[in-house]
Amino acid sequence: MTDLASHAAALGAAPPRPTVSDRLKFYGIWLATAVALLVLPQVFSSGGSLTTFSLVGISIIFALSYNILLGQTGMLSFGHAVYYGLGGFLAIHAINIVGFHKWPIPLPLMPLIGGVAGLFFAALIGWVMTQRSGTAFAMISLGLAELVASSALILRTFFGGEAGISANRTKLFKVFGLSFGPQIQIYYLIAAWTLIAIIAMYALTRTPLGRMCNAVRDNPERVQFVGYDPHVVRYLAFCFSGFFAGIAGALAAINFEIANSAYLGATQSGTVLFSTYIGGIGFFIGPIVGAVFVTVLSLGLSDLTQVWQLYFGLFFIAVVAFAPGGITGLLMMHRPLIRAGMLQRMLPSYLIAVVPTLALCTGLMMMIETIVHYTVNPNESPNIKAFGIPFNAERPSVWAISAVLIIVGFILARMSWTRVGQTWDATLSAARAKVHAT
Amino acid sequence: MDGRDKPGHDEFIRHGPDKIMLELIVISTLNGVLYGMLLFLMASGLTVIFSMLGVLNFAHASFYMLGAFFGFQISRWFGFWPGLIVAPILAGAIGAAVERYGLRRVHKNGHVAELLFTFGLAFAIEEIVSIIWGKVPVDYRTPELLDFPAFTIFSTNYPAYKMFMLAVSVVIFLGLLVALKKTRIGLIVQAALTHPHMVAHLGHNVERIFMLVFGVGTALAAVAGVIAGPSLVTQSNMAALVGPILFVVVVVGGLGSLPGAFIASLLIGLLQTFAVSINGSLGSVFGPLGPELAQSWLSDIWNVSVAQVAPIMPYLLLVLILIFRPMGLLGTRES
Amino acid sequence: MSPAMESNTPAIEIKGVEKSFGATKVIQNINLSIAQGERHALIGPNGAGKSTTFNLISGYMKPTSGSIKLRGEEVAGLRPFQINRRGLSRSFQVTNVFANMTVWENLRCAVLWSTGHRYAFWKNVDNLPVVRERTAQILEDIHLTSRRDVPAGLLTYAEQRALEIGITVAGGANVILLDEPTAGMSNAETERAVSLIRRLTEGRTLLIVEHDMSVVFGLADRISVLVYGQVIASGTPEEIRGNPKVKEAYLGEEAA
Repeated sequence: MTDLASHAAALGAAPPRPTVSDRLKFYGIWLATAVALLVLPQVFSSGGSLTTFSLVGISIIFALSYNILLGQTGMLSFGHAVYYGLGGFLAIHAINIVGFHKWPIPLPLMPLIGGVAGLFFAALIGWVMTQRSGTAFAMISLGLAELVASSALILRTFFGGEAGISANRTKLFKVFGLSFGPQIQIYYLIAAWTLIAIIAMYALTRTPLGRMCNAVRDNPERVQFVGYDPHVVRYLAFCFSGFFAGIAGALAAINFEIANSAYLGATQSGTVLFSTYIGGIGFFIGPIVGAVFVTVLSLGLSDLTQVWQLYFGLFFIAVVAFAPGGITGLLMMHRPLIRAGMLQRMLPSYLIAVVPTLALCTGLMMMIETIVHYTVNPNESPNIKAFGIPFNAERPSVWAISAVLIIVGFILARMSWTRVGQTWDATLSAARAKVHAT
Repeated sequence: MDGRDKPGHDEFIRHGPDKIMLELIVISTLNGVLYGMLLFLMASGLTVIFSMLGVLNFAHASFYMLGAFFGFQISRWFGFWPGLIVAPILAGAIGAAVERYGLRRVHKNGHVAELLFTFGLAFAIEEIVSIIWGKVPVDYRTPELLDFPAFTIFSTNYPAYKMFMLAVSVVIFLGLLVALKKTRIGLIVQAALTHPHMVAHLGHNVERIFMLVFGVGTALAAVAGVIAGPSLVTQSNMAALVGPILFVVVVVGGLGSLPGAFIASLLIGLLQTFAVSINGSLGSVFGPLGPELAQSWLSDIWNVSVAQVAPIMPYLLLVLILIFRPMGLLGTRES
Repeated sequence: MSPAMESNTPAIEIKGVEKSFGATKVIQNINLSIAQGERHALIGPNGAGKSTTFNLISGYMKPTSGSIKLRGEEVAGLRPFQINRRGLSRSFQVTNVFANMTVWENLRCAVLWSTGHRYAFWKNVDNLPVVRERTAQILEDIHLTSRRDVPAGLLTYAEQRALEIGITVAGGANVILLDEPTAGMSNAETERAVSLIRRLTEGRTLLIVEHDMSVVFGLADRISVLVYGQVIASGTPEEIRGNPKVKEAYLGEEAA
């Protein structure tokens, strides 16, 4: 048995307790986030930006809930929209029923109903699904998502067929005289729920269950030999993930005052996967970054080009192939360099590499837009403008220019990125040496 | 619904219930086996790729779609028969290139990245196809040579083209069997199916074998596309429709099991085709619901016909298999 | 009184255990009894079934037939985590840690279940004094304090082996199974590992598979020799050294 002295000695090996300033910094971040959410609509007050912020908030919750599966527990799901959609439908029905009976339940509590619905269905479906992990889980998640999405079209009374189910969010019991008619009130409702959900999901990562999720992700076999059933860990993670997805779905239903079968569909499941992965699954903040990025991008791209979904898909493939850590992963890679104050050593080679990469992208873009001109809208004016660049698609030189851009851009990009890699290795080891020395 | 509205009513009077039943069974069995064989053409490639490369090719059904569209385009320029040969070769070449220049690079980032790469690819291929050929179905016709009824059973003409499809898929099936048993590559593939971890010990030509396997696997899916195209609908969403069913086949059969995939393909093919031809519902068997329930959501379940449920049959089967046989019919692999 | 309470109940008692893979019988009729507090070594030529025996005891595989008792309680056919919860913990021949998590996190995961926190999702894992203390203690014991915040995947081989042992003992299991803990180590590293094992398994039951005979004879109270899936001899190191059957089947070829 250890005596008091050796207790004290052993605890010296433990990580240091957070100091007061650490704690202040930690709570300061949350406070700053809350203040930013409060002030945001004052700075950008147009109706369009309010709608965008609302969509971003919903998307953040949804992406974070997805990362409980993918990033934290290592489960790749192709059917996460099921819990989002069911949360949305249950919330819509709840709004209608509560409004009809005039029960004293205000609108801000409705997302909780969506969450409970998501939790319920995740708990119901999850036990069978989480028996398997890895690729099998991925395939099964897709199959079950198809089952639910197709059933939604059969059960017309509940899901409202093609049209969906709509509701009037303003007809509920009012607190503080809020009608929740104007978008600004909805924005604050979503912002509040987003903040709550982010804090709750962050807290979850720091619990015994959260840590065992990471262990299951890393090595499900070994987990069994420290007393845990990986199936139960996966199942609980799945339930939590369903709960938060349900909240996101309910908020979407409140925002649009409608829930339809698209909520549950493959596109919705794919979008959350894209957002989360592009943002980066390795860090808690990754899905938040991804949700902001993808929501804003998809709203913005659709104005710039007709075939934005293709660019989106190609961008995703590029992220998977070249930056598997996502945006956050790329940024976090540079932390040791910033700490050592050596970031500027990388900048010249980055600048050199960016030029041919941009040329390559421009060439690809011209090629794609030209093909689109010929196949999708051949009878329209050949003077097209994509990403702000105007050109005449029917001039033969376009083919030549884009071909040159693609080929030369590709060769130069390849060379310059190889150089970036070499500079990176050298700078990183220099930075490590410097940090070690101090 | 009133029985007199049904198109089969006149024949019903003429031939009596037994013959109608027999006709239904014969036609549905033929269609079911045909659909099952098409599924197996795709599922076999998917299974072999999965066993050897450890990659679930999410874009597998996209190569089926590419096969159909390439076949359509070539049939317009040169006729159906060149398309039958050239389209799968083209699609297979694209598949091999995807493996060589895409997957091989992503491999170091792990299995999730590989799967997501093919997921992104499936997404991009669907977009490209709808850009080039549009979102509405294209007019991919059966060749004139085969545009006649092969035989008539009671009142239904069974098209010769469907018999041709069946023949092609059976021939390829037998060819695969022989290749698997007799060739060196076939033996390697067989070994990989039973001992997946041994693949790493294949030596220096493992990369060539991977590329070949991926190319042939995707070409097989494309063959299914070329021959199914004229008979089914050739449209830019066809991959998204078949893809999930393909995964169901592989899970139900058991991951990495070719015989399992074969059984599951036929099972799902038959299940769906028979379901489509049955018009009964719970309501028609047990009588209508009481008026107090007729407006509730229960009425949806009560009145839906088996035919309407046909699209979700494979997924229901998946759930049942997961509950009662989590490893699949003939599966031994965990993941 | 549960049978485990009596001190004369064997820690592990294996009776008539068989294991077949298809038609091949890898383990044929093993009988083995290990007293509580005993340090027992399992030796034998490659392919004799030592690792399979470990896999059977720890629940990684199910025996085809026979009985395995852990302190009087039948555990044959139970899942690994069920057996672990009953007080048995094992290490692996091939290092098997949580590669993306830090050394600290690795050890803490091994402590969580036995300290009763299980699947708790309402507690802050950094705020559990007992967990913190136990983890810190193990971290010191395996001499990895300076590597606390390094991801396990980036440790050196010897460090990973030490972490492997740390994870195995961290849960406080009474019965410890170590599968070739010193494999691939230099002499100096082996020596350190042996003293580490001796210290960490103080007062517990230890079953160890080992090829290094100096480790075996230095550490074990009793030794069993496994050849072709059968225990051909069991006894003190002296008895084993003097046993002609053992010499012929195993030690003989080493000496030759």
